[in-house]
Order: sequence, then C-alpha cells, then structure tokens
Amino acid sequence: MAELVKVEHLKKYFSVPKGTLHAVDDISLTIDEGKTMGIVGESGCGKSTLGRTLVHLLESTDGKFSFEGKDVTSLNKRELKKFRENAQIIFQDPYSSLDPRMTVEDTIYETLRLSRRYSRNDIMKKITEIMDLVGIARRLRLAYPHELDGGRRQRVGIARALALDPKFVVCDEPVSALDVSIQAQVLNLLQDLQKEKGLTYMFITHDLSVVRHISNDICVMYLGQLVETSPSRELFKTQYHPYTKALLSAIPSLDIDHKMDRIVLKGEITSPIDPKPGCRFADRCIYATDACRQPQKLVEVSPSHFVSCCRVKEINNL
Amino acid sequence: MMKENDIFPEVKDLTVEYVTKEETVQAVNDVLFTLRKGKTLGLVGETGAGKTTIAKSILQVLPVPPAVVKSGEILIEGQDLMKLSEDEMCKVRGKRVTMIFQDPMTALNPVMTVGHQIAEVVQLHDGVSGVEAKKRAEEMLEMVGIPAARYSEYPDQFSGRMRQRVVIAIALACNPDLLLADEPTTALDVTIQAQVLDLMRELNKVKQTSMILITHDLGVVAEMCDDVAVVYAGEIIESGTLADIFKKPTHPYTLGLFGSIPKIDDDSERLNPIMGLPPNPADLPNGCKFHPRCPYATEECARRDVQMTELTEGHFCRCLKAERR
Repeated sequence: MAELVKVEHLKKYFSVPKGTLHAVDDISLTIDEGKTMGIVGESGCGKSTLGRTLVHLLESTDGKFSFEGKDVTSLNKRELKKFRENAQIIFQDPYSSLDPRMTVEDTIYETLRLSRRYSRNDIMKKITEIMDLVGIARRLRLAYPHELDGGRRQRVGIARALALDPKFVVCDEPVSALDVSIQAQVLNLLQDLQKEKGLTYMFITHDLSVVRHISNDICVMYLGQLVETSPSRELFKTQYHPYTKALLSAIPSLDIDHKMDRIVLKGEITSPIDPKPGCRFADRCIYATDACRQPQKLVEVSPSHFVSCCRVKEINNL
Repeated sequence: MMKENDIFPEVKDLTVEYVTKEETVQAVNDVLFTLRKGKTLGLVGETGAGKTTIAKSILQVLPVPPAVVKSGEILIEGQDLMKLSEDEMCKVRGKRVTMIFQDPMTALNPVMTVGHQIAEVVQLHDGVSGVEAKKRAEEMLEMVGIPAARYSEYPDQFSGRMRQRVVIAIALACNPDLLLADEPTTALDVTIQAQVLDLMRELNKVKQTSMILITHDLGVVAEMCDDVAVVYAGEIIESGTLADIFKKPTHPYTLGLFGSIPKIDDDSERLNPIMGLPPNPADLPNGCKFHPRCPYATEECARRDVQMTELTEGHFCRCLKAERR
C-alpha cells in the first residue's frame, strides 16, 4: 500500500504572551492510501492543530511533511493550489463553518469555480451530482444554512470538501455536534464515500467508540506529543502507555454486567506553554520516575505497536 | 408494590407547551414517572426531546412565558410542588431539590467569586453565620477537587471543567434530597467525566441523594442509573430498570438508539441508524410520534394514540406491537 501522507518530527508552535505554546511537538506518522488514521486525545492536546497543519491551513514550525512523496513545505504557489485540491478538511462545527449568507449551491459552487476545472454548465451538473452523493435532497439546493438541521449542514460541509475529488480528507470531529441517530447516518456516509472514491481519512475525535469504529490505525496524543500508536483493534485489546490505559478505562461501557476497573486520573492537564522536557504525562502518572523527565522515544513494543514511555517494559511486565 | 415513602419524587401527567404567536410547541406530553428514594433515574433522549423541560418543570424555573404548564403534579412526600407559592418554592429550590445545569459557562455569576456563590446558598438555606458558610463552601470546593485557596477567584479564572465542578458544588452544598443533573458531563473530556461521575456516585451512596440524570450518552446511563426512561418527542416511550432497557429494549426507537452507537467490543462494519429526523415539536405527527421513522410502522400506528403497556413488572413500552402481545 502506498504511503500518501508522511510527516516526520512535525512541530507547530505558537507565540503567545506567556511564551511558546507547543501545540504539536515532534510527531511522526504515515497514512497509507485508502486507509483511515484516527487521532484521539482530550481537549487541548493538539489534534486539531495537527489536522490543520496536514491540509496546510497552518504552516508547520519544523519537520518534514510529504504528500504523495513530494515535500509540501517547498511547493510553489501553483503546486500548492493543486495540493489543496487534493487535501481537504471537514470541520467540527457545522454551524460556524458554513457562510450564513451562501446557499447550499453557492457553497459548493465557490469551490468548483475556484479550481477552474469546469465550465459553468458543468459546475451546475457537478453540484447536483455531489448533492446526490452526500444525500442532500435536491429541493434544498437554494436553502441557507439556517434552514438546515445539524446533520444536513454537516452534509454540506462534506459536499464542499469532496467537490474537487480530493485524495485526502481530514475529518475534524465531524460528528461530535450531532445527535446519536444522526451521527450514525453521517458515519455510514463517510464510510460509503471512502469505499466508493478510495479516500484517505485522518479522523480526529475525542469519542473513542467512534474512532474504533471508523479507523484502521490510531494515534493517541497527549499535550502535543504522540504517546501510543497501533492498529485500531490491537490498541483496544492491549494498551501499553499509562495514559492510554486511563483514557480507555474511562469510557463508560454499555455492558451492565461487567464493570471495568476504572483508572481515575488525578489532577489536570498541565500547560502546553514552554513545557518541561520529557514525558508530558509524567506529572499525572503513577509510574513516573526521574528517567521520565528526559526526552522520550517511540519504541516498537509489538509489531506496528509503538509506545513513547521509557518504563513501558517494567509497567507491562514485558 | 413500592411503599408511599419510598417514592421520591412522583411526577404525574406533566404537560408543558411553549406558546408563541407563531406556533405552539408541545414540549412535554403527559409525562409520568416515579423515582425510588436514593436511586438514580436516567432520562435518555435526543436534542429537543423535552428532557430539560421536564427537569426545569420540577424545579419550576421554566421561562414563563412562553412556557405554559398545562397540567401536572410533582409530588414530594405527598406535597405538590406545583401548588406551592413562589416564596415556598424558594425554600425548596437549592435546598431540597437542586439542579446541575448543562452549560458551565453560563450557569455561574461572572461578577461573584466562586466561593461566595457556594456560601450564598448555604447561608440562605441553612441560616448559618457568614463565617460558618464560608467554611462549608471551602469544604465543598475541596470535595469537588478545587483547592480552597481559590475561594476568592472569579469564574473566568477557571477552566470549563473546573467551572462545571463549581456548579456541582453549589448543587450539593445543602445536601439536597433530589438532584437534577442535566447533561452534567457532556462538556467534559472522558477522563474528567470519569472523575465527576465517581464524585456523583459517591454522594449518591453516602448521602442517599435521589438523582435524575439527563443524558444522551447510553454509556453514562449504564454506569450510573438504576432506572431508565427513554424520551421521544416529549413522551416517555419506554421505561424500566437498567436491565430491562439494556437487555430487553423493546420500543423500535430504543432499539434504534442502541443500533446507532458504535460499540467498543463489536466489529460490525456498519451502524444501523434510525432513518429520518426527529419531528418538529410544533407539528407532531398523529398517533405514535415515532411512526414516520419506524421500520415496523403500520397504518394503524398513524391513526390512534398509543398507551403505555406493561411488558413485565415495571417495564413499560408505548408501542402497538407491545400492546398487541
């Protein structure tokens, strides 16, 4: 399987009045064509920043980023435009990511017009096609966002992202603003589209059952760093990093007969502004020692299962 | 049968409408439920189902107008809250019945220190001195995991999740008999949610507080509740014990809800969502409110109202399929 997206030691820092905010700190990952990479983590862990960096809405501070084997950071203006057509994003909030003064048709039209690929007539035909594809009724073509419910608005967001037949789509919490019954409809739609068009997804979410359902591989992030990554089913079977263990044990289970023993974390997430070197989770980790204050490396613990924890062997009796 | 004094509270035939010039929204229709003392009832349903309106009616903090309570009794130890005067109700609110609101960003007073907001409740209801109230407020802060040293800080100095804990501290400050928790953990991350749920379970156990937990998260219900009522379009469509609902869900809507959630331990490729959209509460369908989305609907479902049927003791379902059995 060909690698579509590859980042190495990617960093994204922001200057804030109090110092430097390390939103994404030294992340390396690859996403294969046609696969879904799930990114999980709690609010403020940098997962949205990572997603935005990968569609070049934000420029990375440091590190390598290649798309289809080409270095994205050194593209010229024309090549960058081509890249943007191939890498699209679906935003979390369907209420604020659509222009309230543009109809469904206008929203999709704008994307198609800017690409200069189609004539006006073709654009009109293409709009109908895309609306059918994502399941927006044709009568809603001239509807404004405020006339649509959350699920339909999110479909418009999806239509806009897919209008130019991209290869790679970052889905940034696409279903978290929706009710469960609607959420399931949208998840099914995203999966159908992936099969039909061979799309590659990066699926960002804080909802662990959703990420397990939709992803082939999962990365767990904590405060800008990658703490554990593995194929999705494997991760839900075996977790090695103390944070991943706590995160997964915190999901309320639907099984009313077997209650999992929950690991309740103490304290709050520390500040990502000028963080101390070493493992960011160390302050809340019951296993933390002095060695944890040193920079950590991702180590392959079992096939394709990488963990960034210097004590992983002792903790898991490996 | 349950004894009279085991029941707390009892809600009978509650009907609430929101009346505006343009339309009448039937938010809650003939809702009836009881809660056993010291137990937790989960009200489950999607946005706009009327869950929050039910809770606000119990506390009588509905915005009037546009809200109109058409009928209903809310009995607490034989006393109907609906018949109390506003002065009497003030003594119940915050003391015997309290509520955790969904949005911690708007539930606090921005120009009052968090400590004072807790102490205020204690002083008002328990009639203690200012010094004593402050001490209690500090204890409450510590209990929800906030250092007492932050007593004099304002809400904007706290993160969202810490504000939510302040809201919880206010709700619990006077040891209420009944706690209404409206999506208390929806705005929180899972690890913090686990902390808050643990805290609420602890209080439920130690102080025998009865709880009504409003949520759309069936996982939270499975963790927290003894009894469950599923709300759809302002009606309870299925109710029973936790085991009744999770092991023998019967109403097609309840089944649809379970089919919609990806399960952690299930490898199925596709979800089975409920088709269509929730109805417009200003224009509810005739007959069974769920029939336009129901895969089993017959022509009779659209024609007549459906009553609750008791399937097994305590397990009720509002569906013609169940009625015919």
